[in-house]
Amino acid sequence: MADYNAAMGSSVTATPSVAATPHVTPAALFSHFLVIGAISFGGGIVAYLRRMLVDQTKWLTEEEFLTCLEVSQTLPGTNSVNMSVLVGDRFCGTIGAAAALTGLMLPGTILILILAIVSGAGRHNPIAHAALAGVTAGAVGILTAITLQTGKRQFTRLPDIVFLILTFVGMAIFKVRLLVLVIVLGGICIYLYRPRQAHHD
Amino acid sequence: MTEWKLLLSILGVFTFLSFQAVGGGPAVLPEMKLTTNDVFHLSSDQFVQAYGLGQLVPGPNMLLVVVLGYRIAGIAGALIALVAFFVPMSIIVMRVGRRLRNLKPSPWKNAVRDGIAPITIGLMAAGAYAMGLSATTTLPTIALALVVIAFMLKTKVNPVWLVLGCAVFGALFLPRT
Repeated sequence: MADYNAAMGSSVTATPSVAATPHVTPAALFSHFLVIGAISFGGGIVAYLRRMLVDQTKWLTEEEFLTCLEVSQTLPGTNSVNMSVLVGDRFCGTIGAAAALTGLMLPGTILILILAIVSGAGRHNPIAHAALAGVTAGAVGILTAITLQTGKRQFTRLPDIVFLILTFVGMAIFKVRLLVLVIVLGGICIYLYRPRQAHHD
Repeated sequence: MTEWKLLLSILGVFTFLSFQAVGGGPAVLPEMKLTTNDVFHLSSDQFVQAYGLGQLVPGPNMLLVVVLGYRIAGIAGALIALVAFFVPMSIIVMRVGRRLRNLKPSPWKNAVRDGIAPITIGLMAAGAYAMGLSATTTLPTIALALVVIAFMLKTKVNPVWLVLGCAVFGALFLPRT
């Protein structure tokens, strides 16, 4: 019985520390993001980040993670990179952001540099050339599929389809500069989606 | 172009491109393809190949800039393209992120998100189209791309295996020129 009480007592005193902000060092940021950078083959890094930050290390709560993700998606740039910068900065400032970013990028950068050198050296080899032709065809399929998956919602809404097609035609056929398309078409489209008081979500 | 001027223009071009990645990296692909062709005379094939190699490595999906930089100016070009594309944008993200943390949720945030989304998807579709024009011009390559699309949409297979499968298929069955 004494043992039981002691066990209960210790668990009660341990509880408050859970709510405190976790202590995270730049070295820990670097090593954890390095693992993600090394295992996240085939994209979908955000899912890997969620598992690491929310489930494994508990550095962020689910809600904090989603807020962070929303900010990452609102700003230009690659979501996973923005995410790592925001998380690193949150715990250790600029040094933390640099540590997380470097960890995330390092393995992929080394690997792709090796691939660039090898494929550059082998481009006159007929078999390597044919293999690369296969890779490029596959790449077209992958980007097409990612576009269809990401745009699931946009492809089913009429106003969105109009702006999607205008953007596509402007870029692919008339080669209008991206910034012009974003400012003109994006501007009009944001205006159409503007917050209206009578209209609730 | 002298070496220094070339490296400086890689720095400028890839930094500017990173600012145009609205709604994620892939949105800037068609603009990147046009610009690297105009400024650095990279061929369509080289661009699509870089994207394909980018699918084979872990990490952020825009690591293709390393391959593009390497094709333009070797190792130095690769490292400068990498830094140019990721570092200035990260500094801005960090600064803006600090301000956004204290910002109250605004209904305009949803308007911007919903308004930009169709533009992002249109740009990604334009990227796929532009890459398809140079990479899928023969019956076997079109078939290969369609098989990849089917696998991507209908199964949860990791895209790395699809790209590797395409490489093997290419080495065995595509014309060796």
